[in-house]
Amino acid sequence: MISKLVVKSTVKELLRIASVELPNDVKMALRAAYEREVDAVPKMQLKAILDNIDLAEKTGIPMCQDTGIHVVYVKWGDVDVEDLEEAVREGVAEATSSIPLRPNAVHPLTRKNPGTNVGLHMPYIHIDKTKEKFLEITVMPKGFGAENMSALAMLTPAHGLKGVKEFILQTVVKAGGNPCPPGILGIGIGGTADVAMKLAKEALLRPLGSRNPDPEVAKLEEELLEALNGLGIGPMGLGGKTTLLGVNIEVAYTHTAGLPVAVNYQCWAARRASARIYPDGRVEYTSHRKKEV
Amino acid sequence: MAEYRLTTPLDDDVVRSLSIGDIVYLTGIIYTARDEAHIHILEDLRRGRELKISLRGAVIYHCGPILKRVNGGWRVLAAGPTTSSRMNPLEPEFIEKTGVKGVIGKGGMSKPVVEALAKHGAVYLSFTGGAAVLAANGIKAVKGVYYEELGMAEAVWVFEVKDFGPLIVGIDAKGNSIFEKVGLEVQQNIQRVREKLSI
Repeated sequence: MISKLVVKSTVKELLRIASVELPNDVKMALRAAYEREVDAVPKMQLKAILDNIDLAEKTGIPMCQDTGIHVVYVKWGDVDVEDLEEAVREGVAEATSSIPLRPNAVHPLTRKNPGTNVGLHMPYIHIDKTKEKFLEITVMPKGFGAENMSALAMLTPAHGLKGVKEFILQTVVKAGGNPCPPGILGIGIGGTADVAMKLAKEALLRPLGSRNPDPEVAKLEEELLEALNGLGIGPMGLGGKTTLLGVNIEVAYTHTAGLPVAVNYQCWAARRASARIYPDGRVEYTSHRKKEV
Repeated sequence: MAEYRLTTPLDDDVVRSLSIGDIVYLTGIIYTARDEAHIHILEDLRRGRELKISLRGAVIYHCGPILKRVNGGWRVLAAGPTTSSRMNPLEPEFIEKTGVKGVIGKGGMSKPVVEALAKHGAVYLSFTGGAAVLAANGIKAVKGVYYEELGMAEAVWVFEVKDFGPLIVGIDAKGNSIFEKVGLEVQQNIQRVREKLSI
């Protein structure tokens, strides 16, 4: 039985790691973007981002004051876990005061803020069953400058692939500098309205540079990345060559009458961290530098 | 593209001489003000209440910081800019009624805000979104807090800053906006992007 205490402390540590240090693929993409930019203004924006990442790592302070709202992905293998959901909620609340994280979670209508980042359905926990011999937890603190630029279109078969591309193009143009570009597009195509959006967010869990295993989808990822960077929105919408660091697409079969497309925009601070917890209580952090506790 | 080191409160002539693309480093006092602060300050002004803070000539910062209590005072941990466009519906009236001369944020602001800045001789300064630890490095002390009941992110924090930046003049007091300029370039680029995507 994996204890509640271990799950809670792992969630706390994952939130600390995610808030303070970007995964290596994102850091490398930002450095490459800095090299690619020529004009002073975009170069200065990327320099500020790179300096900021270094400072955050050195000081152990969250890289962005919007420490996000907490989406947690759990892959629940063939292991017993004590009070998983409550453990995650307590981990988020304790991380909020210990790191500290900004208390962002509020009631949507009254705007009342409990100050803990915990409330109804928040943190939101996705649970998938697996056959592995461990519990895998991934935290994704999601900033809302980018989340607010997300969009869903219930296209129909007549719109076809062209319609999908046009909707994604319009979403990026409309977002402009608001989602803190250079960012990452998570795209979900197919399924139902909710499945498309779920896939769009899950696509953001995939490291930059990885490609969808379906060659047609992989081609679309590359085509969109290259073409959309030609828009010239640039870092922070101040113009430049880098609007996107990556485009990740996930697909699901959909109804013969429909073609849902969802875009989940991720800012440059693409924070995620994962760990595996084994039944003997061992914790392996898998997303950043290897570390066992 | 010139570089300026400016001190608050901002001088009228200096503000009017700034052009889009100029780089600014600020020293002095800046006030955080985002969604709720805009709403409450305007509400107080509309009701004819006197504000506890004078914002004439001041610089406001679209920012919801993370602070930590240290020895009875406050320490700023992370304080990058928030998305300015959320304040679009409130900013023209805010600029007119408070007399602020500088607005720091990210992502740019709408045409009515560009017009209000020009009319009242104020500028919009863009700070790199998410660069929160870098920003906190430029904040030397917390001199006070107003509207604290709105919570940490929404309260008005009074920051003493030194060489706070780099800030890019995103909208100048002459009616020019980098964001409009880039927006026009993007519109021109769209057709080429469509061709690349075979749309």
